[in-house]
Parts: sequence; C-alpha cells; structure tokens
Amino acid sequence: MPLSLLRLGFSSEIKPDFPPPPAKLKPSYDVVIIGGGGHGVAIAYYLAKYHGITNVAVLDKGYLGGGSTTRNTAVIRSNYLTPEGVKFYIESVKLFRELSNEFDFNIMYSERGQLTLAHTDATVRAFRQRAEVNRHFGGRTEMLDRKQIHELVPLLNLDTGHMPILAGLWHIDGATARHDGVAWGYARGAIQRGVEFHPLTEVTGFDIENGRLKAVKTTRGTIQCGCAVQAVAGHSSLLLQKAGIRAPIHTYPLQAMVTQPVKPFLDQLVSSSALHCYVQQTGRGEILIGGGSDPYPLYNTRSTIDLKEGLLAHAIEMFPFFANVKLMRQWTGITDMTPDYSPIMGLSPVENYYLDAGWGTYGFKSTPICGKTMAELVASGGKVPELIAPFGLDRFSRFQQINEMGATAASH
Amino acid sequence: MKIMPCPLNGPRNISEFTYGGEVRAMPDPARASVAEWADHVFNQDNPAGVVREWWMHNASGYWFIAERHTVSDDILRTYDPSEIFRERVEFAAAPTEGTPS
Repeated sequence: MPLSLLRLGFSSEIKPDFPPPPAKLKPSYDVVIIGGGGHGVAIAYYLAKYHGITNVAVLDKGYLGGGSTTRNTAVIRSNYLTPEGVKFYIESVKLFRELSNEFDFNIMYSERGQLTLAHTDATVRAFRQRAEVNRHFGGRTEMLDRKQIHELVPLLNLDTGHMPILAGLWHIDGATARHDGVAWGYARGAIQRGVEFHPLTEVTGFDIENGRLKAVKTTRGTIQCGCAVQAVAGHSSLLLQKAGIRAPIHTYPLQAMVTQPVKPFLDQLVSSSALHCYVQQTGRGEILIGGGSDPYPLYNTRSTIDLKEGLLAHAIEMFPFFANVKLMRQWTGITDMTPDYSPIMGLSPVENYYLDAGWGTYGFKSTPICGKTMAELVASGGKVPELIAPFGLDRFSRFQQINEMGATAASH
Repeated sequence: MKIMPCPLNGPRNISEFTYGGEVRAMPDPARASVAEWADHVFNQDNPAGVVREWWMHNASGYWFIAERHTVSDDILRTYDPSEIFRERVEFAAAPTEGTPS
C-alpha cells in the first residue's frame, strides 16, 4: 500500500477534491442546466470547451450522476430503425470511441459487438431493414444465420423453448463503457473550465414572462438566467409541468441485476426482444441481465420479484448454466417513455428553455452527441442543429413521429 | 406478488391485469381542432400522485377504474366505470365537410 494512502487513512482532514464542495449560488448565470447526470454535464462540457460559455451552473437535486446515469446497463450502439435515429446514434458511437482521449481519463470503452436474436419471421425482416439502414449510414451491421451465431457465442442455447432462434443481427459497433466514468469525465472537464456544479439544489419553479424564461427558482434561492436546459431523466414530466409545458411522456421503472463474477465466457452483448431479456458480461466478470420496463407507470425505484423471476427464466433459457449462478445485486431506474420511443430534444414553447427529455431506455448511449448538439443549440441562441431537428417536441402536433419501437434491445 | 382488488373478481395477482391509461375526457373527434386532437392523443399529465386510471382483468375482459398512487404504488380504490360514466356518449357528425381546422 502506498504510504501516502496510509497517511490519508489516519488523517482526520480528508477533503475530496472532486467534485469540488458546493459553493454559494451566484445571482445570475448565462446558462442554467437542470439535471447533473451524464447529459447535463456533457452539455456543460461542450459549452465550456467548444463554445467558450463558462458562466454555467449545473443543478442537481441529488448528486453528480446519481440517477439514470448510474442505473443504466451501459450499452452503446447505433443499430436503430429510422434514418434519423441511426444518423444520430452513429455520431454518438464515434464520439464515445474518442472520449477517453478527449478527457485524458479512461472511461473503459470496450467494443464487443451486440448480437440481437430473432425468433420470428417478422423480426428477421425487421433485422434486414435495420442492417441495411445501419450500413447505409456508415455503421457496421450484418445478418447472421444459426450456424454463425453458434460459432460466435457457443454457449448460447439456439432452441429457446417454444421459440427457436432463427437469425441474428450482428452489430459490430456495439460497445460498453463505464457509465459513471462518462459523467465524471464530462463533469471534471466542465468544472476545470469554470462551470459550477451544485448538488442538493432542486428546482421548484420558473419565472416566465411573455413566453420567456427570466429566472429559475430553487431550494437554495432564485437564479436569473439567460437560458435554461432541462436534462432530468425519470422526472421530465414533473419539471415540464413547472414550466407549464405538456408533453407525451409516461414514466416507467426499468429493472436490472448482476450475478456473482464468473470466468470470462461472453464477449458480446446478447439481446432478445422476444424474450424481453439482454445479457452481457461486465469487465469484472459479473453477468448483467436487463429486460423490459415494468407493465405500468410508476415514479419509484422499487423492485418486484415477479419481474425479476420472468427475466431470469428467459436468461436461463438463453444460457442454461445461469441456473447455477447466484445473483449479487439488483436495482431499478426510472425511464421517461415517449409514444414513438424517440427522445424529445430542442426547442420548447418557452423561448429560451431547451429540452433534453423523454429518453426512455436510450439515454446513456446518446450522452456525447446529445451534449454536443444541445450545446450547439444553446450557444446559437436557439438555432436547432440539423441532426436533432427531427426530435423536436412539436413533432407530436405535426404527426411526424420517429418510430424506434422496433429497435429496443428488449421490448417494453 | 402485488394484489389488485378487482371490483368484479375480487383480489387477484396484478399479472392478471393490463394497464389502460389515465381516465380523461375525450374531445369530440368531429369538432376538435388538429392541435386539440394531437394534445389528446399524445400528451399525458403523467403526475406523481394519485391517478385515476383504466385497468382490465385479462381473463374476464372486464374494464374498471383504479385510483393508484404513482409514487408509492398503493392502490387506494377500484370501482366499476358506471360510477363515473352514467350516460351513453353520442358524438355529433362533423359540422362541415373536409378536414377539421
């Protein structure tokens, strides 16, 4: 053990240097970002580093990255269904690849490939479309038959119950990374450039005059602001209501779990929407098992034994030896689902209030590109970047949804 | 497993039921503007608190209303829809030709 660490252990003056202890709120900021998860700090980072806007406060009612940022299952992929979605997530994958260099901080990006399984002819057809769309926009995706799946993942049971596996969608760009590390990297970069991070600061309301936001009211006082961005996964509707904005969001819990660590046996991320289940092995050897959302809306991170049982039954069908492995941890996140499974990004009915909401189960994998494009939107004073133009809130009043329901890793 | 007190079938496992969305008034489809209709179709209050919502018992195909707290998940009360919907709803024909403005 290094001596300095031993000395620190006996010291009564341990002062964590990151994130810095909360300072007093200033009376006014150019930009207020509500929500200190991966998305919030990513927007602050790109604003500070690429647009020179550093008079920024990131507010969080809890602590840095303590919500959905740390509860997701850290999947990175771009094999979506619609051209709008694929273009957006391909840019995200590109940024993720360079993120450790960008931060000079290892986010443990690990490109493993994602294998999605088809158990019906309809899914095989959808996979062909997804493979073609993904390739067209520069992603790496191909179709695999049963023999190729067996060669790739020898331990996978191809004859799962009443629904044998027919084919697979092999997304070579599929990857994983340390989700907390992503938030820490962005936060550190933003704070080093002058952004203020304020934990334990909950937004209680807004001062809006003539459709323009004047100030944000918080539990620690009112702050004047040039503009504000909301990036609060799991509570988007509640914050939108405070700003008087209606949106098509339903809030559901999403449960996941990990087993005890076992020897490395699974490099790929394997998912099946028909079995409502996805499986991957973490860098520490644990088997991570995730599935579909709960069957009805709830603002609560409680877990249920019946959902866990169903999820495990399907995981054991895919990999029968899991029956002998013990569960170690389980948890729940809260997801803001939209009717078309695409996010809500961009402008809102309030002139200088920008939205980063409704991510459903896709939030983590979009962190870098969402931060980058939302920062462009904020820095330009409301000029929506082309990449996120299709995801505006107004698409629901124009009936121009972007249907990504078929691209979920586990159906919801 | 969580128990849903069904007004028709008594207390049953919640896995026997399907959630059917918030109970809310529907604008007259023939008279609503496009914006009103879009608001009705897509937008939700999605509150954190007691919500009145539709549920169906799958095996008996019976629809009823539950008052549930969306933070604590407590089901406070369930009842037959006839408690609120006492009259048949008649929709008028479109007042003018063409698409609603």
